[in-house]
Amino acid sequence: MVVTAILITGVSRQLGARFARSLAARDDLDVIGVDVLPPKYDIGRARYIRADIRNAAIGRLLSGSGVETVVHLGMVSSAAGTGGTAMMKEINVIGTMQLLAACQTSTSVRRLVVRSTAGVYGASPRDPARFTEEMTARAEPRSGFGRDAREIESFVDGLARRRPDLVVSVLRLAELMGAHTDSALAGYLSLPVVPAPMGYDARLQFLHPSDAVTALELVTGADHPGTFNVGAADVITLRQALAVLGRPAVGVPERLVAPMAAAGRRTGTADMSADRIDAVTYGRCMDTSRFAAATGFTPQYSTRAALEDFAAGLRPGRFQAPRLAQLAAGVIGSALRPARPAAGAGSAGDRRD
Amino acid sequence: MIWMDDHRDDHEPGKDQPGQDQPAKDQPGQDRPGRDQPGQDQPGRDQPGRDHDQERPTEFARLLTELGGAAQRFVAGLRELPVEELRTLGDDPLREVISLGSRLGVDWSGTADELSEFVRRRMSGDYAVDEFGFDPEFTTTIVLPALRRLARIWFRVEVQGAENIPADGAALLVSNHAGGLPIDALVLQSVIYDEIERHSRTLGADLVFATPYAGDFARKIGVTLACQEDAERLLGNGELVTVFPEGFKGLGKLYTERYKLQRFGRGGFVSAAARARVPIVPISIIGSEEIYPQIAHLPGLARILGVPYLPVTPLFPLLGVLGMIPLPSKWIIRFGEQIATDELPEGAADDPMVVFNVTDQVRETIQQTLYALLGERRGIFG
Repeated sequence: MVVTAILITGVSRQLGARFARSLAARDDLDVIGVDVLPPKYDIGRARYIRADIRNAAIGRLLSGSGVETVVHLGMVSSAAGTGGTAMMKEINVIGTMQLLAACQTSTSVRRLVVRSTAGVYGASPRDPARFTEEMTARAEPRSGFGRDAREIESFVDGLARRRPDLVVSVLRLAELMGAHTDSALAGYLSLPVVPAPMGYDARLQFLHPSDAVTALELVTGADHPGTFNVGAADVITLRQALAVLGRPAVGVPERLVAPMAAAGRRTGTADMSADRIDAVTYGRCMDTSRFAAATGFTPQYSTRAALEDFAAGLRPGRFQAPRLAQLAAGVIGSALRPARPAAGAGSAGDRRD
Repeated sequence: MIWMDDHRDDHEPGKDQPGQDQPAKDQPGQDRPGRDQPGQDQPGRDQPGRDHDQERPTEFARLLTELGGAAQRFVAGLRELPVEELRTLGDDPLREVISLGSRLGVDWSGTADELSEFVRRRMSGDYAVDEFGFDPEFTTTIVLPALRRLARIWFRVEVQGAENIPADGAALLVSNHAGGLPIDALVLQSVIYDEIERHSRTLGADLVFATPYAGDFARKIGVTLACQEDAERLLGNGELVTVFPEGFKGLGKLYTERYKLQRFGRGGFVSAAARARVPIVPISIIGSEEIYPQIAHLPGLARILGVPYLPVTPLFPLLGVLGMIPLPSKWIIRFGEQIATDELPEGAADDPMVVFNVTDQVRETIQQTLYALLGERRGIFG
């Protein structure tokens, strides 16, 4: 049997580990997982090699193992656990540059898959309801992962021009959400009381990690060159999401949002960068029809189901909406019930209690 | 299909075609402000019968006189208030709120259990919004009943040509826009729902979505950003899409400019309709101009506040928030005959000449209908 070597970066993080584990279960693949830190999560039968994509050693690894497919998941989306925004930028931008340079000179690599994010579209009040792949941000993401991802995508475009023989797929993933997701947004949503921009109710679109793995498998297993949006089809609003999670929302006036987010970052409570704040203020949704048409991909989890999966793995919130809603409904019901016979209904069945 | 009661027998649909626009020319008390264009001012014709002692009443004097009459009727109505009910209001406030709600049109036709279930669903986030943020349950249960009351009781809206609203399939509804605040958009949405039980989806300016609460509310009732992408997506989904091509130019015009259509942008709405091959329905609304008669603008203050215009009306900012209550003008909404776009040549959507021609056609239709309807209306607060 011909064994294909496949290199995955960023296996010490959730998505990388999950994807490596899933691929390594197949016999025809030799899965090499690369990261600077040993994997925190189970990577199954994948081989872990400690390597830093920011230095040239990655090129020797590629040629030494005869890697055919490179899956780049080694970018970080949050500065909190990384050591600051400067370090995050270095890992994302310098790391990608080095990895792409290695791919360009490699003779064995013929397919490249790069993770990107819905954050490249930014979020603003001038946005269309759904972004298609050809659209660009109406308001450029000012900071954070969205901005890094734009730079990453421009490097990838450059490589695709210089090496037209490579099959390059870029997946713009919606926010990952599922049981035990540890993203910055997940951290924000699981605060005991969630400060939310006052007077706004953003549309959120999620992608369950298992669907993300399926999508990555589709583009690693066959040639699907191009840039694709990947996410669940439906949306849920921020207030709905908080109700599902049982988290009370506290409205924050617009002027106080930035200082509060800064305080949250300093104290390590929540890592909401400016681009993420925009996303939970104005909302963002991607059109995912191109990926569905190219690969036949249908997410198993809707946005709501992904969030419910996340909620199931979370400590229940203080504000148990169903219970509180029951209380409110009871009060209204009891106020209304005596009123009904007076209104002329007069049916005895109404007064059960 | 005309469901407004008071003037129902006064005119047939079709009677008010352009060129036939003076059905009640010599009726006393009639008001034709739209005809007061500079250069063709004919004060003699504009004299309402009851104002014979004044030589040339200005437009505002006439407006205020009519307003005075309306206020008198309102005070007379106040005397009939059920005072007893007001006295018992304190006994059971919650029940009063509910009964008040039902009087305002929040129609709890269901049982208490259904209401409890509704509250539970809303509070636990157990309802669906679409990709545009449209929340049909909220719109149908909370917003439309209130708007229905506003349209029927406050503005006494009379609907003409409802048979021209497509009962199924996509269409682009194009309307004039006036009144300082986009109340005409809300009333129109309510009227369309009452006629054909379809939610029309309005396209709004980006400023709406940059404004806290306004943008959120707009998305919940089905408004989305006025851009080519969203217009085409909605039309592609088979929706009724409402546009107000005048935008802020129409909303923020002075009272002296009323019923004069402003520029219709670059005709982007025609391109969208032509690309989707859907009909265009021209809509003429009268009454919306008089809800906040804008005497002047405060451009400096508007710039400081970051709004496109800040009007001075007879009551605002004089009375503050109270001055923001719209005057109860008499409204007529006329849906014109559909203008087909599927017969346009291939590539018409990108041909500026074709687009401008159709834009002009739509604009002219609405303008002529506005003049015709003004002749038909008996008075501003009729």
